[in-house]
Amino acid sequence: MNEISVIISRLSGSFLLNCRLFIFTLLFSLPLGMLIAFGSMSRFRPLRWLMRTFVWIIRGTPLMLQLIIIFFGPGLLNMSFSWPSGDSGRFVAAVVAFVINYACYFSEIYRGGIESVPKGQYEAGQVLGMTKSQIFFNVTLLQVVKRIIPPIGNEVITLVKDTALARIIANKEIIMMAGEYSNKGLIWPLFATGIYFLVFVGGLTILLNWVEKKLGYFRV
Amino acid sequence: MAFLEVKGIEKCFGNLKVLKNIDFSLEKGEVIAIIGSSGSGKTTLLRCLNFLERPDKGSISVNNKVIFDAMDPTTQRESEVRKKRLHFGLVFQNFNLFPQYTVLKNVTLAAELLARERPNYKQEKKDIIKEIQERGKMLLSQVGLSDKLDYYPHMISGGQQQRVAIARALALEPDILCFDEPTSALDPELTGEVLKVIKKLAENNTTMIIVTHEMDFARDVADRVIFMDDGVIVEQGSPQEVFGNPKEERTRQFLTRYNKV
Repeated sequence: MNEISVIISRLSGSFLLNCRLFIFTLLFSLPLGMLIAFGSMSRFRPLRWLMRTFVWIIRGTPLMLQLIIIFFGPGLLNMSFSWPSGDSGRFVAAVVAFVINYACYFSEIYRGGIESVPKGQYEAGQVLGMTKSQIFFNVTLLQVVKRIIPPIGNEVITLVKDTALARIIANKEIIMMAGEYSNKGLIWPLFATGIYFLVFVGGLTILLNWVEKKLGYFRV
Repeated sequence: MAFLEVKGIEKCFGNLKVLKNIDFSLEKGEVIAIIGSSGSGKTTLLRCLNFLERPDKGSISVNNKVIFDAMDPTTQRESEVRKKRLHFGLVFQNFNLFPQYTVLKNVTLAAELLARERPNYKQEKKDIIKEIQERGKMLLSQVGLSDKLDYYPHMISGGQQQRVAIARALALEPDILCFDEPTSALDPELTGEVLKVIKKLAENNTTMIIVTHEMDFARDVADRVIFMDDGVIVEQGSPQEVFGNPKEERTRQFLTRYNKV
């Protein structure tokens, strides 16, 4: 009995790493994705080309590979930069890889959302003498938000489960923790990790539904 | 000089010349109807007046002031264009109301944003906003929608939406109000209510340019009718002249085709 509660508390503790990675990733990738989206829609062709190539590379390669390259790359290339030693370095490297990866996915969702607002909305703002930024913030932004909530929600839910990939650079997240037990022949902790993810995603789903409902007062 | 002077406007999209040497003028309080088949350049002309398209040649002046000259880049600066386009209001074919705002907010939004640029905005914010709100309500009662202030666009009919769009265009008190086929996206039974509002505006001496396919309405409401075909003004004159006794063969053909439909 005592052993079970010890295992559960260790699983819970390691799940905190998943949660932290989740929160930091969203915190930075949501705004960064916006910048990438603007870059990939820029009228300045080299910037647009650069951003779209970057998005292609990031979306075209596995996140697991990106984690490995970002963590080991600086050392292998003899760069002067190196990650802090120990757990914090592994965590920061994971955050960086996740932020870049998710920002690219978000940027494409933003771009789709912005481009799907009918041209007439911009023109209506223009003929009413609004500035470009007034049109963006007062006319299009909320329409974009409403359109992108479902696809963003999808990515956010995927992110919850992707955080488990951080173990590839030895971040002690929940599945790595459970793996230590299964290596010793105790299999149930590994199954139990599923419950953590399920509960987390369940909460997110409720939150996303609430936001969708909040924005249901108008139609686009 | 007339209130609005349009001189030598030309506009190309790629190799396609959509407007060829367009000249016309408009007096204050006058209503012009522009008729012609699809693709004749009517809408492009309106869009040029509202700075949604930039003409390749020609000039536009309002009240003896040149507001656009294709030869003079200083008239085309973004910051100035924004102010100058307020001479014109535009009502779109498919309304383009802002879906996330109530009917009243649709009408007042632009005025509220513009008011922020007034020097006394911070001190007198409350009064200014209240004044704009009152004006919005007044305009909406003019178009017969006093009971719909708090509705969202998707809750009201197309005809009602277009009437909101008219109130919205009036909110900034444009010198010249332009209509781009204001009833073409409406069910036949809804066109009447919109045309009635436009007619009332004409009776109150609102200066208007109306692009329309409603021939009876054009004849009824316009002081002058312009017939366009293939990017040129083929003929213009009073409704009696153009409809009753067209001088040009092309006008005659267009009108007979219309009467048959």
